[in-house]
Amino acid sequence: MRDLLPDQVRRWLADLPPLWRDGPPAMLRGLAVGLLAITLNPVLFVLSVVSLALIPAAGLGFAAFPVVTSVVRWRVNLSRRLAAGSGVPIAVPYLPTPTDASYGKWERFRHIVRDPATWKDFAWLIPGALAGGVCGLLAALLPLYGLEGILGIPIFLTMILDWYGYGIFWPIDNAFEAVLTIPQGALFLAIGLAGARWLTWIEATFASFFLRPNASANLAQRVHQLTVTRAETVDAQAAELRRIERDLHDGAQARLVSLSMSLGLAEELLRNDLEQAAALLAEARQSSGEALRDLRDLVRGIHPPVLAERGLDGAVRALALAVPLHVSVDVDLPGRPPAPVESAAYFAVAEILTNVAKHSHASTAWVRLTHRDGRLAIQVGDNGHGGADPANGSGLRGIERRLAAFDGIMSVSSPPGGPTVVIMELPCELSSPRTSPSSGTA
Amino acid sequence: MRVVIAEDLALLRDGLTRLLEAFDCEVVAAVDNGPALLPALLSHRPDVAVVDVRLPPTFTDEGLKAAIAAREQVPGLPVLVLSQHVEQLYARELLADRAGGVGYLLKDRVSDVRQFVEAVRQVAGGGMVMDPEVVSQLLARRPTADPLAALTPREREVLGLMAEGRSNTAIGARLFITEKAVSKHINSILAKLGMPPSDDDNRRVMAVLAYLNA
Repeated sequence: MRDLLPDQVRRWLADLPPLWRDGPPAMLRGLAVGLLAITLNPVLFVLSVVSLALIPAAGLGFAAFPVVTSVVRWRVNLSRRLAAGSGVPIAVPYLPTPTDASYGKWERFRHIVRDPATWKDFAWLIPGALAGGVCGLLAALLPLYGLEGILGIPIFLTMILDWYGYGIFWPIDNAFEAVLTIPQGALFLAIGLAGARWLTWIEATFASFFLRPNASANLAQRVHQLTVTRAETVDAQAAELRRIERDLHDGAQARLVSLSMSLGLAEELLRNDLEQAAALLAEARQSSGEALRDLRDLVRGIHPPVLAERGLDGAVRALALAVPLHVSVDVDLPGRPPAPVESAAYFAVAEILTNVAKHSHASTAWVRLTHRDGRLAIQVGDNGHGGADPANGSGLRGIERRLAAFDGIMSVSSPPGGPTVVIMELPCELSSPRTSPSSGTA
Repeated sequence: MRVVIAEDLALLRDGLTRLLEAFDCEVVAAVDNGPALLPALLSHRPDVAVVDVRLPPTFTDEGLKAAIAAREQVPGLPVLVLSQHVEQLYARELLADRAGGVGYLLKDRVSDVRQFVEAVRQVAGGGMVMDPEVVSQLLARRPTADPLAALTPREREVLGLMAEGRSNTAIGARLFITEKAVSKHINSILAKLGMPPSDDDNRRVMAVLAYLNA
């Protein structure tokens, strides 16, 4: 919500004392929590019970229960987001829906019933309504009550009504008590704003006991994620092998065939036509040069030699020199990441720099590599015109997929007008810098 | 000319030896690994060393490192570095001591025997020979706020050919201009880079260095 505010307002808000900075949002959150809890929760509880009760009735419940559950999940996810605002992030525990299980199908019902999160959501609805109603509404109403006092509304109401009370005076009998409603109001507002943060936190913590994923749900989600990324990795690898096969077949292999043909012919001609033979030999030399160039390009695409020789640091520096714009490189790595991570990071940087050179109209770019908290952080930025979108660029999507195989993540910030900054993180350990590079063949 | 060769593949090592000996070079040592290279260079003090970047035991850039280390102890020791791939990064490291007598070529270039031997001679004579691939990467760069931005496209072309180690005659032949026009371009380049005009080889080297380090 705060992101929508202008920068100046945001800065002004950030400089406020904590009570005024965090109090009002907590109060609003409390209002939302309370209203949602007392309105939707009982309704959804009744709907859930009714749809379950309808299962024996000609199977109507089989179709209805998953639909009701979807609404419940939407409602519970709202609470999860509100809880995150109160400082209690709650992960979403639901198992991924099977692809062939549309609404109304038996598979859908089975999937919903087997997901323990369904029943934990259900169990939360009524306790959640009570906790949310009490904590949320208290968080919202106490500051409002204080505001009433500060604004002198009780004084005004005492004048027109026969009987009205506020704070410790019930009813307000005289002018002295009427005036005292204002400092009382200030006190209530202060207590209310401070209390709102605690009340929303308590409500969110209570909700998290029901709504957070348990160990097995965490595992199930992890398994699902690994299955997806593994499938993508396997596909990408197969595509890569096909590309290498095709490149070899159409490139180096074809050129070697032409080379041996030229040599064979030259051998024949050596006896009677020296001039022709010389021309063929020159042609053969050219073919061999082209075959070597093809192989070099191919090797660069598989595993760049400079990466093997110098590691990520040197390879990224070499990359920066090879793209046609000024790139500054800042590397702070106390050791070397594992070879597969190095390779993924290198190709990600290479792809992004190629994109920068091709699309961004940037004159300079920068690359920063650091390692902190068990994660390799890669940042690439430029001073171009921005507007890069991972949804449009298959290149950026490809990087994301490649990084996902290592549990890596990528985020792109590229507002129209620039600048573009791509941030990637790959969890990995660094080997000690003294470790000698693994051996290979020359 | 006394030559030290460092190449781990026997086939290529023997081929290089045979080739250089056919052109009146004396191969005083042919080593097949990194650790043996530095002592060989320091004890034989060859007129030129022909060194493969990647050597045992680590198969990384031992040859390059040994060559740079040798030039630290014997400034200007002529070294021609060969590799299956060229990197501007390595070119810069080789040129960092600004001493000349440096070559950096793809192994493929050996197939053009005459030009390869010519390159060996140039390096031995304190000149500089950069692979056309290094040079073409540089040509692709957008000129920024460096002194090279002042050069005309033609002058950049001439400077590129100078970096490849070509003589004025060869440059003229390549660009279809007279030798006189070539030296006029070169004088203009040297002036723009703030070097007094001269035919001195060293000044050519300095101009090329400015180009490669841009």
